[in-house]
Amino acid sequence: MTSLPTTPSKKKLGLVIDLDICVGCHACAVNCKEWNTGGHSAPLTDTDPYGADPTGVWFNRIHSFEVENEDTGGRTVHFPKSCLHCDDAPCVTVCPTGASYKREEDGIVLVNADHCIGCKLCSWACPYGAREYDEDAGVMKKCTLCVDKIYNPNLPEESRVPACVSTCPVGARSFGDLGDPDSDVSKLVAKRSGYDLMPEQECKPTNKYLPPRPKKLGNDAPPPELAPVADSSAGVIARWVDKFLSA
Amino acid sequence: MTEGIVLRDERADTSPIVSDEVKYTTCYMCACRCGIKVHLKDNQIRYIEGNPDHPVNKGVLCAKGSAGIMQQNSPAKLQKPLLRVGERGEGKFKEIEWEEALDLAAGWLQDVRSDDPSKLAFFTGRDQSQSFTGWWAKQYGTRNFAAHGGFCSVNMAAAGLYSIGGSFWEFGEPDWDHTKYFMMFGVAEDHDSNPIKMGLGKLKTREDAKFVSINPVRSGYSAIADEWIGITPGADGLFVMAIIHELLAAEKIDWDYLKRYTNASWLVIQAEGDAADGLFARNATGTTLIATATGELLPHSDRKADPVLVGTYTLPSGKKAVPAFQLMAERYLEDTYAPEAVAERVGIKADTIRRIAAEIADVAFEQEITLDIPWTDWAGRPQEKMTGRPVSMHAMRGISAHSNGFHTCRAIHLLQMLIGTIDVPGGFRHKPPFPKPCPPGPTPAGKETAANTPLNGMPLGFPKGPEDLLVDEAGNPKRIDKAYSWEYPLSAHGLMHSVIHNAWAGDPAEIDVLFMYMSNMGWNSTMNVPDTIRYLTDKKPDGSYKIPRFIYSDAYHSETVAFADLVLPDTTYLERWDCISLLDRPISSAHGAADAIRQPVVALDRDVRPFQDVMLDLGVKLNLPGFAAEDGSAIYPGGYSDYMVNHERTPDVGPLAGWRGEDGSGQGRGGANRAQLDAYIENGCFWEKKFTPEQSYYKFANKSYLEEAVHMGWLAMPSPVVMEIYSETMQKFRLAARGFGDRQPPDHLRDRVETFFDPLPLWYAPFADEDKGEGFPLHAVTQRPMHMYHSWGSQNAWLRQITARNPLFIHADTAAASGITDGDWLWVSSPYGKVKAQAKLMRGVNPHTVWTWNAIGKRKGAWNLKEDAPEVTKGFLLNHIISELLPPREDGYRYSNSDPVTGQAAWYDLRVSIEKCDAADFGETEPMFEAQGAAGLPEPTELLRYGANLKGEASHLDPVPMKDWIGNRKENAGKKSGIKPGHGNQIDGDSEKEKE
Repeated sequence: MTSLPTTPSKKKLGLVIDLDICVGCHACAVNCKEWNTGGHSAPLTDTDPYGADPTGVWFNRIHSFEVENEDTGGRTVHFPKSCLHCDDAPCVTVCPTGASYKREEDGIVLVNADHCIGCKLCSWACPYGAREYDEDAGVMKKCTLCVDKIYNPNLPEESRVPACVSTCPVGARSFGDLGDPDSDVSKLVAKRSGYDLMPEQECKPTNKYLPPRPKKLGNDAPPPELAPVADSSAGVIARWVDKFLSA
Repeated sequence: MTEGIVLRDERADTSPIVSDEVKYTTCYMCACRCGIKVHLKDNQIRYIEGNPDHPVNKGVLCAKGSAGIMQQNSPAKLQKPLLRVGERGEGKFKEIEWEEALDLAAGWLQDVRSDDPSKLAFFTGRDQSQSFTGWWAKQYGTRNFAAHGGFCSVNMAAAGLYSIGGSFWEFGEPDWDHTKYFMMFGVAEDHDSNPIKMGLGKLKTREDAKFVSINPVRSGYSAIADEWIGITPGADGLFVMAIIHELLAAEKIDWDYLKRYTNASWLVIQAEGDAADGLFARNATGTTLIATATGELLPHSDRKADPVLVGTYTLPSGKKAVPAFQLMAERYLEDTYAPEAVAERVGIKADTIRRIAAEIADVAFEQEITLDIPWTDWAGRPQEKMTGRPVSMHAMRGISAHSNGFHTCRAIHLLQMLIGTIDVPGGFRHKPPFPKPCPPGPTPAGKETAANTPLNGMPLGFPKGPEDLLVDEAGNPKRIDKAYSWEYPLSAHGLMHSVIHNAWAGDPAEIDVLFMYMSNMGWNSTMNVPDTIRYLTDKKPDGSYKIPRFIYSDAYHSETVAFADLVLPDTTYLERWDCISLLDRPISSAHGAADAIRQPVVALDRDVRPFQDVMLDLGVKLNLPGFAAEDGSAIYPGGYSDYMVNHERTPDVGPLAGWRGEDGSGQGRGGANRAQLDAYIENGCFWEKKFTPEQSYYKFANKSYLEEAVHMGWLAMPSPVVMEIYSETMQKFRLAARGFGDRQPPDHLRDRVETFFDPLPLWYAPFADEDKGEGFPLHAVTQRPMHMYHSWGSQNAWLRQITARNPLFIHADTAAASGITDGDWLWVSSPYGKVKAQAKLMRGVNPHTVWTWNAIGKRKGAWNLKEDAPEVTKGFLLNHIISELLPPREDGYRYSNSDPVTGQAAWYDLRVSIEKCDAADFGETEPMFEAQGAAGLPEPTELLRYGANLKGEASHLDPVPMKDWIGNRKENAGKKSGIKPGHGNQIDGDSEKEKE
């Protein structure tokens, strides 16, 4: 079994995902795929890519579903999901070889492919289903929070964020240090009542989700009803003739 | 925490060398044309990301753009020119050399040109170089040219350009920074998609705006709307007219805006039975007249006149006239447009319609916004501020693809004009080169054509009246697609969906060569697939094909390839030069004008050529003026990039607006600059000229903007663009139908023209409702998933993992009533056939509507997918049960299934019934077509390890500090208080900081 860092740093890098504005366009998932297929865990193998059952390794997947609510009439939810880089990451502690580990310096959970034996215990342990087994390579892979991008001095500063974040067209994804209560992302979480996914699992996920804002349906404070200025259409026109042609 | 293994030497490489080189170019995975940075390593694509400086996408990139690697890596890429050896449709070809292919094509084309150039039908599909291909058609001399706009956008383009001088489509945008009430009509994920996504994120995050989506389906953008209104398809026009009814009755209209900027005050002659009935009253010099409160009649251009919008006036001729506004108001004040009267047909409760009208009125008139930007109007009158009514609207495909789409779109524009929200702060904003005069630009050329002779103008244009139609003495169509005929007079984008049928039927004439580019017309367009296959393969009694020659250019092994006689393989978008020109389809934003180029970023690895280079070569072989010099040599021997730099359409105006003139200092105008492409590349492959604040709104009447537009060549004169609530152009066609004028419709079309050329917006039921509503109780519409819109995604190894099959989505209650449960297989029937599909139940859909993802279904053997691919076995097309023709009239004639004004294909009109299949029939879709041949393509791989060899070597640099990133676009920060540093999200306290 593998230890979590004995002296975890205060820095907890993670994502904040805004469910109020995610339109389910899959930009984050595909941009993640293209960055990471040549990155830390390269390749993100695809099997049968042109056949009956195209299946590949993806670090980020979007789930779309409906939620019904009698008051507001329901909602279509687009829910992006990737590794939440938990504080108490069961995928790490369950690992028999030390391949799965949580970085001391920033809390990112990674897999060292050289030590992974492909036993899949971590994928059983993860309550979020965020692990991705590469059948071809025989090792477990997962979101790296683009560890090879966010610190990379070979990229311009504006590109040093996870691929899913820099590409998101609606701006639904934010990235930063959730261990620092004064960071922009922490303030955002506080303001928008960001929440932990499945807190009952006690994994203390770093990533946070922002709930949809209440819908402005117009029933709470409706504007004044429009009042016709005359009883009939001819009356309306007659009124205008009076109003504008009085001279 | 349990004691366990701790490894100490596993530090991840955080600083790999990402790429050897980064090249900028323009995406072509859809129609957005975002700027991209392509990272290259070991001559492979390592990574494609958005260009943060680019005016379209500001650094973001969608799923399609991010999947560009797999488009480049596709096993469906054609390898070499192909000559058909089997029967059409079998997909049996032999590979030939380019010289043979070009000589063959040139031979066929020369024969036609020497006889009758119009026997070439040249339709270029998803072409992004229409100012070039249209010019090729002009120089060749055929009137039969268009791209795919006839089944895509023409209702939006024409309704906008004949009403407000611009259009929704991708040629305008809501004022995302200021709007407080945004209405989106129908599915609009198709165009301008990254800008709209960015705008929606910004608008919702501001928290002071409401987003209303009027759409039968609650997917995509509608999912994040504050209010989703699940309207019945095709009823949007009626919904809008009911809102207009409410606003007029409550007098919630912007009188000043109507007077100043629209033709609401212009006097319309009321003289039933007279040739001038319904035309504008004019003075001796032809200027339209208005009336003042004292009854004085003045030219509308009189700067001191204060016109009135109501009353009846007597003209010097003795005829009566009333302001256009009054005609409009009288119509929509009728009880037939009251919310109660339309509620059932529209599928929206009367109370809801009334509330939406009240919300619009409240935001427009009680929440007016003012920007402290002084400006000067067209007449030189200084204005201290810019005032806006912050209601904005957008619409595209969901409105466009109905047979009543033109008038519905015009109704939305009328609503915008009534409340004064066009090109004002918080409203809908034009993108340059729009606004244009209503209607804009030149008329269509091709009234006459002659052997070996160019046309006297561009084939596509905007008719201003019956005299501009392309019809013969008897009033019959001259174009193969019947564009600009009495059947579809304002078909400004042509009717690509009618070409194959008409060519097969020889109606109105036979053609010799069908030449198409980049549009899968043999499969998923707006046409019926089995019929289209029949048209393409049908033979005359002598054994020759009814459509004698079919040349097709495509980069991939699409279904249509199988039907071509000669295939000219194109490159991918990453292997070519291209220009995104202000002369055809610009990428400007409301903030400024822009254009862009593509440059080759990866080397060609097969024997294919860019389509535009091929057209230049054919132009030389055919000795076309402009392409070949007098000695027969090429005028642009360097290919398309040579053309992009050196071609001038008019003196000093060429395909690219940036860095013109010898020293590169010209913007918009200037001679050729040999270093122009270098300048573009240096700048990230785009050019942008931003407006000054004073040019930013009221562009239709803004002196500074209008002068700029003249300088840039967008307008001929700095005159104001007057918006048209009342269309005299439409009335001219109607008068012709009533028997006036030199050019009148044939008798059998008089009623049709009379009905649909109403000068005011009109609502009528989509034709399919009228004809076949009975027995087919459900509406059926489609959309493409956002990760595939306007793309060639079904062959893409990554995108097809997201969507490789499509169910028929049905409201749970509707399904329950028919005993249908999730996963059941159904027969979906229309008057034109039936298709088998698998059911998926949902609640966020209008109960009378079913829908599916479009263009997922593939023909067996196409796109180099394996024959058991889900796209083949489970993906289906509604095209199998759509018809490109309406049912026969009494005399047997069949109109195109199109809008009667514009010819826009009405593929959202479809009506269907559903019935559960026998359990024995579960499992595979029908109809199933025979496999098409593989066209010499390599076997697709079983395993993709893309990137395995791209993992970087450690650079052993010290880690750099990481930084927080809120939202994702610095570019968008700071314009609006409370958003920092990106548009994505707002943090406590920022609002105050920003204001300081």
